[in-house]
Amino acid sequence: MSKATLRRRPLVKKLLEGADDNLLVIAGLGSSNWDITEAGDRPLNMPLWGAMGATVCMGLGLALAQPTKRVLVITGDGDMLMGMGSLATVASQQPDNLAIVVLDNEKFGETGNQATHTSPRNNGPTESGAGTDLSLIAKGCGITDSLIVRDEGEVLQLVKDARSKKGPVFRLVKVMVEKLEFVMPPQDGAHLKDRFRQALFGRP
Amino acid sequence: MSDWRDDIFAVLQDHDIKQVYHVPDAGHSRLIEACQKSNAIRTLALTTEEEGVPLAAGAWLGGQRSVLLMQSSGVGNTINLMGLTKTLRFPFLTLITMRGDYGEFNSWQYPMGQGTPKVLEAMGVLLYSVDSAAEVKATVDAAARSAFHGGQAVAVLLRQKLIGIKTFGKK
Repeated sequence: MSKATLRRRPLVKKLLEGADDNLLVIAGLGSSNWDITEAGDRPLNMPLWGAMGATVCMGLGLALAQPTKRVLVITGDGDMLMGMGSLATVASQQPDNLAIVVLDNEKFGETGNQATHTSPRNNGPTESGAGTDLSLIAKGCGITDSLIVRDEGEVLQLVKDARSKKGPVFRLVKVMVEKLEFVMPPQDGAHLKDRFRQALFGRP
Repeated sequence: MSDWRDDIFAVLQDHDIKQVYHVPDAGHSRLIEACQKSNAIRTLALTTEEEGVPLAAGAWLGGQRSVLLMQSSGVGNTINLMGLTKTLRFPFLTLITMRGDYGEFNSWQYPMGQGTPKVLEAMGVLLYSVDSAAEVKATVDAAARSAFHGGQAVAVLLRQKLIGIKTFGKK
């Protein structure tokens, strides 16, 4: 398989371009959190600082509670691997307003870029994974609209699908391993929750 | 007198619960079926109990109340994510059917059953306990008030004395 060429930050910026009150975003801990924050911190972003494996389920609970809004979950391969069962739970509900974008750099970025299970097999003593294909996992769980995105030429369609296609939509995006600046949102979880609800309901 | 599981269903309706999460469970089965048949409630089967905590957080972000139905054997699966109830400070309600409790037949149920109150307490979850059918309705109602009015994470332990002892056909 050819090396990934997509860069996560400009891609996430495109995913969130022109975000209005109809777009509710949940980002998984670590890199995805910093990615959406660099694109522009906003009250209707819920960036997680922990709760690994929980991101998709938080997006599902939100999508079911707010069926007229678009819910976009952006997370990494490590977080997704820890919550794979949640893809089956999503499939059981078929929320038409939920899109999940997994930025797969095949590494645990926050702990020193160790290989995740999505890294190829037989890739040396420290860099080997299992070649796990999360898009096939999503499909196998019952999310039929599941694709892998690798090329710049597919990004425009990715953005369209993530923002407006009938869900549940699952997109696995192969991205480069990069050393990027930490761009951090507020950390206080109660504050993040309250500002989100304030923006949605006019009260926390 | 009505069945205590029907009493719980009535309380969930009174408190405008919109999402119910569960892993199949004999003790909760009658309640789960009532929820599945309700048009006002979305019922989700989980692959593991821990999904219930972030689901509840997401539902609350979106303005809906929820409840997690599980067995004590599933409580251990939720403990790390139970921390979300503290970090986000959102109302959380779970109803737990106890195993490894009063007269349990299966030795494999004891470790998590006996550990259930301790680990929930360690994570800052408020505990209510009920072992008689007559007190189920008032207890679950109080727990729902503590959660949705008082903003707490609350667990109701439905004791094995209430549920009955599973015998696998043994006397």
